[in-house]
Amino acid sequence: MYLYPVWVRLWHVVNAILVIILIITGISMQYTDKENYALIVNFASAVKWHNIAASILTISFIFFVIMNMRTENGKYYRLNKKNFFSDLGKQFRYYSFGIFRHEKPPFPVSLERKFNPLQKFSYVLAMYVAMPLLIISGLGLMFPEVTINKVFGVSGLILTDILHITMGFFISVFLLIHIYTCTLGSRPSSLFRGIITGYHESDEQ
Amino acid sequence: MRLLIIRLLLLVFLIPPELSSYGSKADKGSVVDTASYISPFFDDNERCFRCHGQEKYEYANESLGRQVNALMCSDRIMDRNEFYGSNHRSFSCTDCHSTEYVNFPHPGELRMELKYNCLDCHGGDETFSSFSFEEIEADYRQSTHFKLEEEGFTCWKCHDPHSYKINIRDSKNLKETILYDNTICLNCHSDFSRFQLLTAREEINILEKHEWLPNQASHFSSVRCIECHTRINDSILVSHLILPKEEAVRRCNECHSKNSLLMASLYKFQSREQRSDGFLNGIMLNESYVIGANRNVYLNSISIALFAVVSLIMIVHIVFRLIRK
Repeated sequence: MYLYPVWVRLWHVVNAILVIILIITGISMQYTDKENYALIVNFASAVKWHNIAASILTISFIFFVIMNMRTENGKYYRLNKKNFFSDLGKQFRYYSFGIFRHEKPPFPVSLERKFNPLQKFSYVLAMYVAMPLLIISGLGLMFPEVTINKVFGVSGLILTDILHITMGFFISVFLLIHIYTCTLGSRPSSLFRGIITGYHESDEQ
Repeated sequence: MRLLIIRLLLLVFLIPPELSSYGSKADKGSVVDTASYISPFFDDNERCFRCHGQEKYEYANESLGRQVNALMCSDRIMDRNEFYGSNHRSFSCTDCHSTEYVNFPHPGELRMELKYNCLDCHGGDETFSSFSFEEIEADYRQSTHFKLEEEGFTCWKCHDPHSYKINIRDSKNLKETILYDNTICLNCHSDFSRFQLLTAREEINILEKHEWLPNQASHFSSVRCIECHTRINDSILVSHLILPKEEAVRRCNECHSKNSLLMASLYKFQSREQRSDGFLNGIMLNESYVIGANRNVYLNSISIALFAVVSLIMIVHIVFRLIRK
């Protein structure tokens, strides 16, 4: 089943690379120290690459939103208010128990439904809540002169940074879970192959 | 023209909007802030300030038989407000200068008058022991500035005794203190006419030299030049060991880290107070925010715990998948 058009696959790979760069450089800035540690990039390089990757990611995010508005892909991100919680519960139960009993997935992948309810909910949170907040707070940190000096007596920069690192943390956790759930296809590698070739191999996940 | 552009750029970068009137012509002039201090030598000093307190002065020229207006040489002008706001405000001009200056025209040989140095008054005096002037002297003697003594460098080049006031020790507004201290450096380092009096080096473009520094304007208004350009000395509040430019701090991690050097320099005096809201080096947060140095320990712990929980759940999931395969 051809599920991932070229633009989605290109956007996805660019997004993945940028997010990994941003996580590594972001952690490097947060945990920078006088001694050098493994995986901690030196502060000057971390700032430079974080800014470069973030600028490209912002453009990539705008592209994603525009394409979702202009193509059919947007429909996969529309949350279904009807049975919202019960659908989430069904999928959660499947991941927690059903998958070990080799039950059929409650929401198999189709051209009409690319994501199961849990996937859809987490993707909407990541792409339409966390990402905009990350980008806006990131711009506030990149251009500190535009950030409000004090909010109820607390430095605007601190609040902006706390929002930024909190959202960055959620995106990091999302990435971890996202990569893991992508091993839940018919075979551990089938969903990864799908996002490269464009073809979804199975209705299992 | 180039110098003018550099100075304008430095002003734009260095002076925050709320301080843009600081030190302007408007707040200088003849109005003395009598509300805060009245010198016992006010009338005596006024004999000097009458001519040296502004650009224009007038005197009776006996040969011409009339009053003559003249312009005061710029480095002979002393601002009353600055003087009466300075550490030496309780002094009479003739405490340091010859009493012969009361005569006008001043005798020519007074131009060769020897000037006091800081240690001439402050050295070996118990009253000033908390300032550790001897340590400052020892630091200064190792600094690059000391090498310029032959060319005429003295303490006065940075600490004009007519206007200098201690800032950092009792600073109520750190940004203003930073501006004040940086202005001392820029008086020579961005004013080639003063700079060339002490060195044959070419003019320095401070902005170009610091182009490598990200968010240059934020750095310039949030830290003093001496944070990077001096070697920290724990026994004095402000280090006076100015390093050669090659030895200046260039590693961001020196400040942007858990053990930020700013705590031993800019925030040295304030660091005795501690904030207990979970931020490392929290005292900085009163004035600034330094990425890497101001981590929140609670957020760090929560994020590590959450990450561990998620990882554990995934490991358990993998194990069950393998068992139930």
